[in-house]
Amino acid sequence: MSIEATPKAVDRFAALREFWHYFSTNRGAVIGLIVITLMVLIAIFAPMLAPYDPDVNFKGMLRVPPSWMAGGNPQFLLGTDDIGRDTLSRLIFGARTSLLIGLMVVVLAMVGGVILGLLAGYFGGWVDALIMRVMDIILAFPSLLLALVLVNIFGKGLFNAMLAIALVLQPHFARLVRAAVMSEKTREYVTSAKVAGASHWRLMLVTILPNCVSPLIVQGTLSFSNAILEAAALGFLGMGAQSPTSEWGTMLAKGRDLISSAPWVITFPGIAILVTVLAINLVGDGLRDALDPKLKRS
Amino acid sequence: MIRYFFNRLLLIIPTLIGITICAFAFVRLLPGDPILAMAGEHGVTPERYEILKEQFGYNQPIWMQYFDYIGGVLHGDFGASISTKRPVIKEFMTLFPATVELSLVAMILATVVGIPAGIFAAVKRGTWIDQLMMGTALVGYSMPIFWWGLLLIIFFSGYLGWTPVSGRLDLRYFFPATTGFMLIDSLLAGKPDAFVSALRHLILPSIALGTIPLAVIARQTRSAMLEVLGEDYVRTARAKGLSPREVIGVHALRNALIPVVTTIGLQVGLLVAGAILTETIFAWPGIGKWMVESISKRDYPVVQGGLLLIALIVMAVNLIVDLLYAVINPRIRVK
Repeated sequence: MSIEATPKAVDRFAALREFWHYFSTNRGAVIGLIVITLMVLIAIFAPMLAPYDPDVNFKGMLRVPPSWMAGGNPQFLLGTDDIGRDTLSRLIFGARTSLLIGLMVVVLAMVGGVILGLLAGYFGGWVDALIMRVMDIILAFPSLLLALVLVNIFGKGLFNAMLAIALVLQPHFARLVRAAVMSEKTREYVTSAKVAGASHWRLMLVTILPNCVSPLIVQGTLSFSNAILEAAALGFLGMGAQSPTSEWGTMLAKGRDLISSAPWVITFPGIAILVTVLAINLVGDGLRDALDPKLKRS
Repeated sequence: MIRYFFNRLLLIIPTLIGITICAFAFVRLLPGDPILAMAGEHGVTPERYEILKEQFGYNQPIWMQYFDYIGGVLHGDFGASISTKRPVIKEFMTLFPATVELSLVAMILATVVGIPAGIFAAVKRGTWIDQLMMGTALVGYSMPIFWWGLLLIIFFSGYLGWTPVSGRLDLRYFFPATTGFMLIDSLLAGKPDAFVSALRHLILPSIALGTIPLAVIARQTRSAMLEVLGEDYVRTARAKGLSPREVIGVHALRNALIPVVTTIGLQVGLLVAGAILTETIFAWPGIGKWMVESISKRDYPVVQGGLLLIALIVMAVNLIVDLLYAVINPRIRVK
């Protein structure tokens, strides 16, 4: 037992070390990772970090500019919105909403996509044809438009927006896994496992799937930032998170009428979305370069 | 080649049928009663309700309704809008050119800036210029365009007062819609000042819509260029003593552009999604804004017809891109 386990463990660490070696040479990716870590911490400790309850309306404190601007109030660092809620507190709680959406969407889309992709790639034939035609249909509709219609069918709200976005992003995972499975399926190690009597499920999940992980991680990162953007877009169109939930896209939508009188109301949520999405994309680029053996040569 | 073409077409048929079923089913699943929606605020008596139900075929079994709908669609009848009572196809045709005009200008902007930027970054690989350009591209790629559009409005329309805030044209201009493209129609009508007005209205929305494609094209061009620059034939061209301009412009660029062309084509679906947001922000009278409004107004025939038409167009463009790809890249045809 121990003889078998030891080299395996060493191997794991070596792979991880190699990965980190390539990843850490990419300065942008490391910065992105730091920003995401900060965002996650902010989201987790939001109630401790936020100066106020994000839903409390301060009477007589409507549309207060940020503290460094003329008419600003040091009590409200980033100002208040049109009904007197503290922008900073809403931004901090908004990080919770956005990261939660991103995470849930990626998990849902990945699980669905992996299962469908495995089935299609492994069994081929009519199973493949059926699954992939359904994926084609989903992909034929522009993602945001489809998400809008789906949210209207399910009913407005955060959870339904998550479901809709997951459904829209899932075909990308399915296609990826299918392609990877089809190229792995004919390899010797799969054949030998099959001869050794492995079941369909064992072959799919234990033998083949681990070899498709790299592209999945990259696609997952991409989908994470896409999900945050799409959820914010839905919120902006009034179909995502509903008031009083703090969500960056919804905050932007509410500030739209104030762009001439109180531009700060829309400035900060936009920066928050951009910084988060940018950080995730930086990490995604770094992951792709570190995991892609073709690029390692250079 | 012809075989490849037919196989590709055959594959589309089940998808097409699926799209019609989806568009049809979505609308049936949307909450609310279409007849009550049609009747508006006044409501209808129960007797009238039954008459309307029969008139619109809602009393038939669902599959009959579907085949009725498909029968209509095949004859170009997509039903009529509940709110305007005009045929869906007519509304679509009036608004579609606005979206196409906006998307085309945005794509031209993205291509004209994105490809040279990508080439330049690849040639200057590793320098601060490359890093700056690719950093900017990544910011553009990560941009929430609904926010970006608002920022552009605040700065260029509000602060500088250079561009109008919304719409396609100043209200004082009027000319017949020959092509539906304001830039062309204004010139056809011999009104250069209207052309200028149309162009000023187009600038901000096309920047907002073009930003993400621009970033994607610049990144793709750079990596395609880098790949090609490492190839033997480029080294040969260099060794022959050709000038860098010739090596990059003739030998490298032509091969690097093959994947870029596909990338440009594949942006079409994304452009429609982008148009939904851009048109909403800039009050641009195109199909994106029309769809968003119809969804919230629960204008079922419009949602159904619009979804179907948009999906058809996206599929058609993707098919054309695929075939073009097969034409320029002979390797794909073998399979």
